[in-house]
Amino acid sequence: MAYLRAFGSYLPPRRVGNEELAALVDATPEWILTATGIEERRYAAADDTIAGFGLLAAQDCLANGGASAEELGMILCASGSSERYCPGPASQIAARLGLTATPALDIPVASCGSLIGLALAAQLAPRAGPVLVVGAEIMSRCVELSPQGKDTAILFGDGAGACLIDANTGFARIADFQLHSDGASAGILKIENGTIHMDGRSVILQACRKIPRAISEVLERNGLAPADPGAYLLHQANLNLITRVAGALKVPEERFFTNLSRYGNTSSASLLIAAGEWRCSQTGPLAAPLVFSAFGAGLNWGALLAVPV
Amino acid sequence: MEQQTRILKVLHRVSGKQINPGQNESLFASGLLDSFALTDFVTGLEEEFGVTIPDSDLSARKFDTVGKVALYLSAKAK
Repeated sequence: MAYLRAFGSYLPPRRVGNEELAALVDATPEWILTATGIEERRYAAADDTIAGFGLLAAQDCLANGGASAEELGMILCASGSSERYCPGPASQIAARLGLTATPALDIPVASCGSLIGLALAAQLAPRAGPVLVVGAEIMSRCVELSPQGKDTAILFGDGAGACLIDANTGFARIADFQLHSDGASAGILKIENGTIHMDGRSVILQACRKIPRAISEVLERNGLAPADPGAYLLHQANLNLITRVAGALKVPEERFFTNLSRYGNTSSASLLIAAGEWRCSQTGPLAAPLVFSAFGAGLNWGALLAVPV
Repeated sequence: MEQQTRILKVLHRVSGKQINPGQNESLFASGLLDSFALTDFVTGLEEEFGVTIPDSDLSARKFDTVGKVALYLSAKAK
């Protein structure tokens, strides 16, 4: 068994509002807000790194979970925007936590990477010990801040999230998950030569079907209806997409936690940042099942179900 | 009802506009569809024509003109 023990996050202090961005991409602040639901996002400073972001989220998570780095059995770090692929940020985060022999593996998957990390951690924690899952992204370096890059520049922001998965203790038990990949459609969403390329219309078309389907798959397998979970925590890609997913599942939109308006799409970090904020907003023990879901480059997508203990 | 009329029926319902675009006119550039209306358009075509459009065909380029939609549906019917 595996449990969600704690979340953590780090967001850089620099706020980039729609007015500042609109001037760079030849759009209006109103159009950006309507098209995305995003009011502002955070941008990294020039000397920030993925590993640095990941470390700060990791430390926050360990503090929230009352855990020490020495307890960790493994670190998994998801990032699609890492400035270096080999070695990636996972081993650097481990090293900066003072760990010299703890396995630290990278998941070079944008958007869905932290969901994949949670699923893997649920399997690994009973054998390895507590697994720290980190999602860290500096997406502002992957977009073109010009009229040509408008469609992606308006969406993305920077940040990091983390989650501690423990085989023995936590506030929710990971009951099930389902992951999917479809490389045949990889061309519609990819980060190549440091720049994100996105056929946004095809991405929305795919995501609007795949996300509700993955969620339903996991719920049905566990004898649950979409109305049963108390909260849905999704990769924060686009507010309109989240509205669509809620509609497809016939679940009140209020059950879908969102912080997209404040941070934009922070790719693989977004799910864990959102989960951390959702958790902080809760008082008392978990009363109803919790669903995580993400979709992104790969294509990779899936859903994970956690239940009250 | 002929295929073209049925495609336009779905398009009119989804877009809320009684505009008949040219065969090769972009449904996005003409303002009839946006990313999310495209999703409704594809679902509407499935319902109207009784077909299932597989995930492997969920590319905006396959559905961005009435002409392409007609060709796609004709191929599906064979």
